[in-house]
This record gives sequence, structure tokens and C-alpha cells, in this order.
Amino acid sequence: MKILVCVKRVPAPGARINLAPDSRSIDARHLSFTVSPHEECAVEEAIRLKELQGGSVTILTLGNAEAEEQLRYAISVGADEADLITADEIDIDPQATASALSERITELEGASDPFDLILVGNESADAGGYQVGVRIAHALGRPVISGIKGLKVEDQTIEARREIDGGFEIYRLPLPAIVAVKEGINLPRYPTLPGRLRAKKAEVRKVAYQLKRGGLTMVSLATPVEQQTATRVLGRGAEAAPAVVDLFEELGLL
Amino acid sequence: MSRVLVLVGESEELDRQALSLASTLGSVELVSVGPTKIGGADKAWQIESPVLSDYAPEAIAESLAQLIGQELPSAAIASGTERNNEIMAHLAALLDLPLATNVLTVSADSEDWRLTRVRWGGSLIEEATLSAFLKLLTVAPHSQPVWEGSGTPALEIFEPELGDELGRTRVRERVTLDEGITLTTAPVIVSGGRGVGSAEGFAVLEELAGLLGGAVGCSRVVTNNGWRSHRDQVGQTGTRVAPQLYMACGISGAIQHWVGMMAAKKVLAINTDPEAPMVTKADYAVIGDLHEVLPAIIAEIRRRQEN
Ligand SMILES: Cc1cc2nc3c(=O)[nH]c(=O)nc-3n(C[C@H](O)[C@H](O)[C@H](O)COP(=O)(O)OP(=O)(O)OC[C@H]3O[C@@H](n4cnc5c(N)ncnc54)[C@H](O)[C@@H]3O)c2cc1C
Ligand SMILES: Nc1ncnc2c1ncn2[C@@H]1O[C@H](COP(=O)(O)O)[C@@H](O)[C@H]1O
Repeated sequence: MKILVCVKRVPAPGARINLAPDSRSIDARHLSFTVSPHEECAVEEAIRLKELQGGSVTILTLGNAEAEEQLRYAISVGADEADLITADEIDIDPQATASALSERITELEGASDPFDLILVGNESADAGGYQVGVRIAHALGRPVISGIKGLKVEDQTIEARREIDGGFEIYRLPLPAIVAVKEGINLPRYPTLPGRLRAKKAEVRKVAYQLKRGGLTMVSLATPVEQQTATRVLGRGAEAAPAVVDLFEELGLL
Repeated sequence: MSRVLVLVGESEELDRQALSLASTLGSVELVSVGPTKIGGADKAWQIESPVLSDYAPEAIAESLAQLIGQELPSAAIASGTERNNEIMAHLAALLDLPLATNVLTVSADSEDWRLTRVRWGGSLIEEATLSAFLKLLTVAPHSQPVWEGSGTPALEIFEPELGDELGRTRVRERVTLDEGITLTTAPVIVSGGRGVGSAEGFAVLEELAGLLGGAVGCSRVVTNNGWRSHRDQVGQTGTRVAPQLYMACGISGAIQHWVGMMAAKKVLAINTDPEAPMVTKADYAVIGDLHEVLPAIIAEIRRRQEN
């Protein structure tokens, strides 16, 4: 099975988000970088499917040169190939993103077979557009389903499971297909030492594209106003128990 | 006046929130797959097709595209639920138009719309421009008042031409589970983070949740360590909750966790660190080791119940 996974490099903020002086990006000077948990799970799912069925896993990203770090991480946990579309712009809109990714996928497929399965995250951590995967599917003329927390490949179809309130839904898509997955589909592994060594030496293919701007343009970012509440400390250690139970009674919970 | 199509069919509350924003942008026409109870609009389109026997995002989007081609409205809007974001993404891809998801506010006084939308699951707000002859957007849940419109709109049946292949992404089977009290229905959530220390450590949280008729939640560190299932995770990539009381035990209060529970009426933090963001943002706090505090709370509840 040939599988491709799309991931997006984002900063990993802690308790609060500080913006850069121009208010167009997060001040990431003291932050580490990561990909969305949904995408981490997409990478893990691809590696598990490869382990079950044989085949290969390619990781694709559109980002700046530093995004190589996220590609190498994916290789350290078992991906085979890494591909970076470099762009220096910050905040590439969803249409431009999907069109660059689709173009690169078409190039990679070239004369050989199409990827049987393309995995994306349900939504990116930063932009949260819920659309890049669906747009890629339309560009490539393949079926796509979102919100997936379980996958099973059977012959030329893929069975996908989506959690809803009070149960789950099952979909069956013909391959090749695209699936947008959610965290919880699996528990991602950590890199092994040989994996890390392999990642260090691996080649990351790089291409640069002229981006085709879409119609949604970010102007600026802002942090929402927070309501300041003074915290009422009910006590320290076990001695606070009566005050806590008083609170339960006050709130009508007992 | 410009015409705005609003896709309804999710919960009436969320649909009415989307209608609230839509009604500021033009004359509202409802669109639903099959019948809808919602009234008040000028017109209601009811989409009918054998391909739409169950949820089928591709086929619904194609139906909307055909209706839009016939009626030429100036915008199509839906509440920003998981499903609607999926349907609208298909519609945007079919029409090759931009889509703004989880929108908070719109100012439509020029050709290009200025809008604000949710980023980072609610930790940031983006200001953006939307430039297209047909504006597509979804409305951030719980960001708008509930629209009060009532009365019976003029109903029109719309029968799209849908090829059978559009059924390839339709729901094939449904499984219902009796889940009892869940994170989204519980009045109290007793939630644990790294501070709980182990899977076994959650027994005392389970016991307290049982006494309070609540549910147990957790942070991402907990699910990543395999201590609990991801179904219990609260936050940006987990479940969003809004209980009467959220008890955060050994959870530091990272922004990605906070956005999942900030809609709780009251927050009680139990933490060894008085400086933890969860403590400073909470309504109530107990400073101490949760493994001492929680058993003492349980003992106190039992003592009062016996009296
Ligand atoms: C894109 C993205 C999405 C994310 N989505 C989510 C999400 O959906 N949900 C989520 O939770 N996280 C999410 N995260 C992760 C998040 O950033 C934090 O890493 C995580 O929430 C931290 O979990 P924690 O509070 O349990 O652990 P920590 O941050 O390690 O905090 C542990 C706390 O426990 C306290 N403590 C320790 N021992 C005790 C004790 N014995 N008694 C009392 N207190 C004690 C400590 O003082 C500390 O405050 C996401 C991250 C990213 C980048
Ligand atoms: N710049 C990017 N590079 C690679 N994949 C991306 C990029 N942006 C979005 N994606 C993929 O598309 C998914 C959905 O993104 P979005 O539509 O922004 O919510 C993400 O989870 C990624 O898997």
C-alpha cells in the first residue's frame, strides 16, 4: 500500500499565546514546534497500515525550510520518504495550500501508481479550516471522508469509523481515497534510537512553487478578552474537604 | 436585498444561532435535507433525493451547488458543526470558492466581507477578508444569540440530479451505544491530568464522579500515556464541555485544554502549584496533593450522607 500523509508545522504554545509585534503570527521565539495531534495520529496510522500490508509512507508538507524538522520526526517513527514544498509566506490560505499539495501529489504519482490512501488531519491546529483534505480530494477526483477515528483496509476498499453522540457511523470508500483523521484513532509511538539515526541521514526532497492565492486572506490575529476572576482558595490539602463539599451543596450538585 | 441560503438540520439551537448571524446579511432562505421544524424564514427549500437516504456529505454539497446555480444567492451559511464544516468544504471545493469556517462576526458593507473567525480552537481570533461573488461560511457554535424567528415559510421541494456514485461517501451502517452519562451531558466533570500519575490513580476520580452523578475527563498527557481512552479527553483536539462544575485535578491549564472547558459555569482547580494557570484562572482552588484532597472530599460526602 502506498500511503501519503500531509502534516503542517505549527508552534506549540503553553498556558497563553503571545503574538508577534505585527499581530500576524504567534511570537514563537521561545516555543518549540509540532504538528496537530490529529496529524501525529495520521502518521502513526499510515505506519501501522504499512506494517500490516507492506508498502511505503510518504510525508508531505507545505511550509518554511524549518518544517524539515517535522518531516524528520515522521521518518524517525517509521515513515519512508519526506517531501517539502517550501514557501516563505506566513499563513497560506486553504485554497493555495490545497492546490500546492495537490500539484505535488500529482507530480509524485507521475507515471507510477497513485497513492492508495492519503491521510490528513481533521483540522489544522492553527488555521482550523476543516477543508484542505476535501479540496485535495476534489482536485484529484477521489472520495474523501472527515472526522475518522477508526480505519480498516479490506482489498480495494477502506472502512472508516466516525464517532458521533451516542454511537458511531461506518463508511466504506473505494480506494484510492482520502481520509481526514482525528486524535484517538491510535496512540502514536515514540521514535527509537535507530529511527532517529535514520531520520538524521534521510533525504528531504524540496520543491518551490508559485502559490495561487485564494479568496480568504488573514489580516491580523488577536487574543480573545479573558474574564478576570479572582480565585477563591477553599483551603490547603485534606483540610479543604468540608469547604469543597459545602460548595457542591451550594451549587446543588449533591 | 441579497438572498442568503442557510443549511439547517443540526440541533435547532445551533441552526438558530447560524440564522441569527445570517439574518443580518440579507433575506434568509432555509435549506434542509428532508423536512425541518424551523420556521420564520421567507422561504424554505427541501432537498429530496433517493441518494440522500442517510448522511452523505458529497451528495448534499452537490445538491447545494445545483440549488445555488439555479437561485444565485449571495451567500450560503451553516452552523460550524463537524458535519456542516465537511459539507461546506465540499461545496467550496466544487465551486472553487473560498470558505471561512467558524466565523464570529461579519461586516458586509463592501464587496469584500470583513470577518472574524476562530483559530487555535478558540485561543485566537483571526480578522480576515473574504473575497468571492458567493460567500461561503460556517458560524462558530455558541457565538451568537438564538434567532427567534417563527411562522411558516413558503416551502419548495428541490430535486437535484445526483449520480449514484455520489453515494460512495454515504453512511453505510450505524451503531448505537448506551453511554450513560457522558462528558457532554454530565452536570459535573471530575477531570484528571498528569498529576494523577497513573491509570489506577483515576479510581478516586471515578468514585467522586459516581457520588456526584458526573463523568470523568482528562488531559492529553493522560491519553498520551495510555491511562484513559481518548473519548475522555477534554480540549482542542478532544471534547468541548460545558458542565455546571469542572474539577481540574492535577491539570496545569495549557491553552489547548482550557479552550475545551472554558464554557463550564464554575471551575475548581486542585493542584500542588498555587501558580499553575489553571489555579489562577479558576473560580475556586484547593492547593494540595490531589491524592490527599480527593479521598478527604469523598469521606466528607459519605460522612454527611450518613448523618
Ligand atoms: C495543537 C495542540 C492540541 C492540543 N490539544 C489538547 C487537548 O485537546 N487537551 C489537552 O488536555 N491538551 C491538549 N494539548 C496539550 C497541552 O498543550 C498540554 O500539554 C496538556 O494539556 C498538559 O496536560 P496536563 O495539564 O495534564 O500536564 P502538565 O502540564 O504536566 O500539568 C500537570 C499539573 O499537575 C500538577 N500536579 C502534579 N502532581 C500533582 C498532585 N499530586 N496533586 C495535584 N496537582 C499535581 C502540576 O502542578 C501541574 O500543574 C494540545 C497541544 C497542542 C500543541
Ligand atoms: N501547509 C500544509 N502542509 C501540509 N498539510 C497541510 C497544510 N495545511 C493543512 N494541511 C493538512 O490539511 C489538514 C486540514 O487543514 P485545515 O483545512 O487547515 O484545517 C491538516 O490537518 C493537514 O493534514
